[in-house]
Amino acid sequence: MATIDDARTVECDVRTDEMLINMGPQHPSTHGVLRLLLRTDGEIVSWVEPHIGYLHRCAEKIGENLTARQWVPYTDRMDYLAGMNMNLGWALAVERLLGLSVPDKVRHVRVLMAELNRIASHLVGMGTYGLDLGSFTPFLYAFREREKILDLFEEVCGARLTYSYIVPGGAAGDLPGGWLDKCTRFLDEFWPVIDDYHTLLTNNAIFIKRTAGIGVLPAALAIEYGCTGPVLRGSGVDQDLRRDGDAWYTAMYRDYRFHVVVQKDGHYPQDHAYPAVPAEAVLGDSWHRYYVRMLEVVQSVDIVRQALEKYQAAEDEWSTPIKVNHRLPEGEVYLETEAPKGQMGFYLVSDGTAIPWRTRARSSCFANLSVTSELCQGCLLADVPAIVGSLDLVMGEIDR
Amino acid sequence: MAEFFAETWALPAPAAYALAGLIHCALLLGIVATGAMGFIWLERKVSGRIQDRLGPTRVGGKFGWLQSLADGIKLLSKEDLAPQEADRLLFRAAPYISFSASYTAYLALPFAPGWVAFDTNVAVFFILAVLGLEVFGVILGGYASGSKWSLFGAMREAAQVVSYEVPLGMCVAIPVLLTGTMNLTTIAQMQAGWFTNWLIFHDPFTFVAFWVYAACALASVNRAPFDLAEAESELVAGFLTEYSGLRWSYFFMAEYGSMLLVGGLAALLFFGGWNGPVPIFHSLGWAYAPDETAWRLTGFLSNLAGCMNFLTKAVLGVLVMMWARWTLPRLRIDQVMSMCLKYCIPLAAFCFVGVLGWQALGVASPNDWLPAARGGAIAVRETWWWQEAAAAPAGRAGRGDESGVGADTGDVVGGTARRARIAEGAGGAG
Amino acid sequence: MAVDQTLVDKLRTRFGDGVRQAQLEGLDPWVELAPDVLVDVCRFLRDDPDVACDMLNCVSGVDFFHADPKKAAKASWQPHVALVYHLSSTRTKERLVLKVTLERWKSGVPGEPPEVPSVCGIWRGANWHEREVFDLMGVRFVGHPDLRRILCPEDWEGYPLRKDYEPPQYYHGIRDH
Repeated sequence: MATIDDARTVECDVRTDEMLINMGPQHPSTHGVLRLLLRTDGEIVSWVEPHIGYLHRCAEKIGENLTARQWVPYTDRMDYLAGMNMNLGWALAVERLLGLSVPDKVRHVRVLMAELNRIASHLVGMGTYGLDLGSFTPFLYAFREREKILDLFEEVCGARLTYSYIVPGGAAGDLPGGWLDKCTRFLDEFWPVIDDYHTLLTNNAIFIKRTAGIGVLPAALAIEYGCTGPVLRGSGVDQDLRRDGDAWYTAMYRDYRFHVVVQKDGHYPQDHAYPAVPAEAVLGDSWHRYYVRMLEVVQSVDIVRQALEKYQAAEDEWSTPIKVNHRLPEGEVYLETEAPKGQMGFYLVSDGTAIPWRTRARSSCFANLSVTSELCQGCLLADVPAIVGSLDLVMGEIDR
Repeated sequence: MAEFFAETWALPAPAAYALAGLIHCALLLGIVATGAMGFIWLERKVSGRIQDRLGPTRVGGKFGWLQSLADGIKLLSKEDLAPQEADRLLFRAAPYISFSASYTAYLALPFAPGWVAFDTNVAVFFILAVLGLEVFGVILGGYASGSKWSLFGAMREAAQVVSYEVPLGMCVAIPVLLTGTMNLTTIAQMQAGWFTNWLIFHDPFTFVAFWVYAACALASVNRAPFDLAEAESELVAGFLTEYSGLRWSYFFMAEYGSMLLVGGLAALLFFGGWNGPVPIFHSLGWAYAPDETAWRLTGFLSNLAGCMNFLTKAVLGVLVMMWARWTLPRLRIDQVMSMCLKYCIPLAAFCFVGVLGWQALGVASPNDWLPAARGGAIAVRETWWWQEAAAAPAGRAGRGDESGVGADTGDVVGGTARRARIAEGAGGAG
Repeated sequence: MAVDQTLVDKLRTRFGDGVRQAQLEGLDPWVELAPDVLVDVCRFLRDDPDVACDMLNCVSGVDFFHADPKKAAKASWQPHVALVYHLSSTRTKERLVLKVTLERWKSGVPGEPPEVPSVCGIWRGANWHEREVFDLMGVRFVGHPDLRRILCPEDWEGYPLRKDYEPPQYYHGIRDH
């Protein structure tokens, strides 16, 4: 008789029936309308298949019937937790096709908005991750701070979720008076709160028990599946498009100093005092993905501070966005930007009219989700939300 | 109370007992039901404060009391749904089983000296046993729902609660070991005096045992971080998935009832029951002596204060449970089980043996080092072990046939005679 | 290594006529391949240490077709479906664009998706991207392990991103507005 060194061996010996369960599309921890089909043997999940498309709104088809400027509101409904970054991705792609560069003032405002929205998105990611693990309070703490960011956005563009603020050729309007002070005040308030988050989750013994070593995504697998953003960096791959991307995009961050949050040579950037990596954590596990997000928040705060200074120092004029029926030159362009959840790419084919021939959105979450089946094999039922949550998905972006 | 009715109104004995029973039930139902409502209100307030939310701190009339009322009305007016796949009878019965288990356990819970519906000398045993029945309601509810998520919840509950009964029982056995009785009234009365006389401060082992008890109690009432049977983020709502309206609220009331119960049990076993940290009523001479039964105003006031004391301690226990719930993430089922098997049981066993040794060796507890504090305490921790050993051969023989759990032991007798009764009660139950 | 003359020459010597054409000008230079060499070229691009395109970022289908005969007459292209593969390297941070041109329908039979070899064997992440292209653009990836619709319901008819797609009036009795 073979020796039994794994509990699962026993489960296989004592043959029990497998059960198929639908997790979602109406489930508290599938972050919207994701449906996971699980095959379970007791608590052990032997096979997972994600089913998507419940939020499919044909954004790409709509884009073929609208002008480049008109499609902007459709982009922020993709990743609705990071509308600014979606707007930015589309605006930059269109500008790249047009060969239109924006003045420094607009550039710094874009960096401001993109990074503030990155903070907001990571806060939601962190908060909902706590919720996935049964911890309610971090979610509300995260939303409390996110509200303040949304208040700032509201003052700039009137919207709290779907901004349509960053448009090809510029942005919808300059910052209102007094906004910079409010933003500085927010950053000052926000800074100490980050420690609270670390106390509540990052350093919590139960949290570490639930996430460390769970859903380990090796770097090679992450790359093969096209995972990007914190998911890729959590696996130790040093790639951040803000530094490594297309020149058209990196030019936006050309005079900013920031660290790419990735574990290199066994440690994370040490520009600030961060909580230590627990001994149980394995590179590429859920804990590291979460941790990368938390550290990126700090980096974004640094970038926002720089952007505030640079904006004040910028002396050029505000630019006018392109007209609604602005004619696009014939040709095609593909540009990926570093959205909070990963690399968001927009592919635009133009036939020389104002209306694009083809618009295509490359969704980061789409690729990140596709790795779920690999990650969840053989895990426990309770690990499924822990793994899916650590990928930080937004169904609006996956289904488009 | 039955005697009182029988004497004053000249009622026949069965009627007097029935009347007394009804009054007890009504009073306890009042405590459990309003308690649950109060706790829902409290949970809302506590979570609102902890989570920095504005709503629960502002909404619903003065102090938000209307909110619980509105909640109750909403639950009452909801449609009573049973899924098509469900086993109707079991599905409908499950909430009542759960609730009646939690409610029945209150019968043996003393709120003050003599303020107990059923003063049995196996109260500890009774409460644990009856509370353990609550799991049947959950398992039945989960199984009968005809939903896979419910089934998962039920299976988890079965595994978890049954496992945690073991260390819980061990922890509860420690105060029983120290006091030599399973009668909760006696256990509490033995802790009278200064707070140093509370059993949690008796020795390091009881101190550790209390924390093990706290963890196990949390697990056995299904509260976070051990709320795996509900596990909202994994199992939708576990065994509650298919329940709605009033039936759902019965489960809820059972949960809150059990929370108060384990809080009260902790207060009685480890925190001196209704005895305050300072023996005010004892020094005033108002408090009832252990064997006193006649009614007097000062005694009533002392009991009332004791009851408040007890409830405060129990509610504090509940508050800690709420605090934990709104702070900690949930454990995974294998971690919950391994925590029980790898940590709680060995630790509880270790504490049990430690206390045994402490007692056997006659090591002094903090209370003994404070001569000033000893005054109020009932001298119960005499070397009963030796006395018992000496008295055993003669005593056991005579008592063998007159045993019975239901034997009325409402009055508390100190010393060896009481020991004898305990042995008898345990013998009958065993 | 971005798409430049060196790479194109390298590919030409290896795969000969499989490399149909290359455009080195413009924003995103690209190489057009014949469908039958696609998998080999992709494997080469992934494994070649100079290129090391270890990540498939995106697979897009573009339908070139004018429903209006007047516009079709003026168009500079023949109706076709183009598949665009955006690759990148996490090591060199370079990007590459590959194109494959297909007929709109297989053997000209409307509704019959054209076929192209799947690159799932090279990047497992291609699985979902190809399913999406199959779902919305109607291209059959030969050798794909699990070619099903991904965004649309499984019983959906037609390929929505085709230029001549007509949305159905009814779907399971639900009327389209």
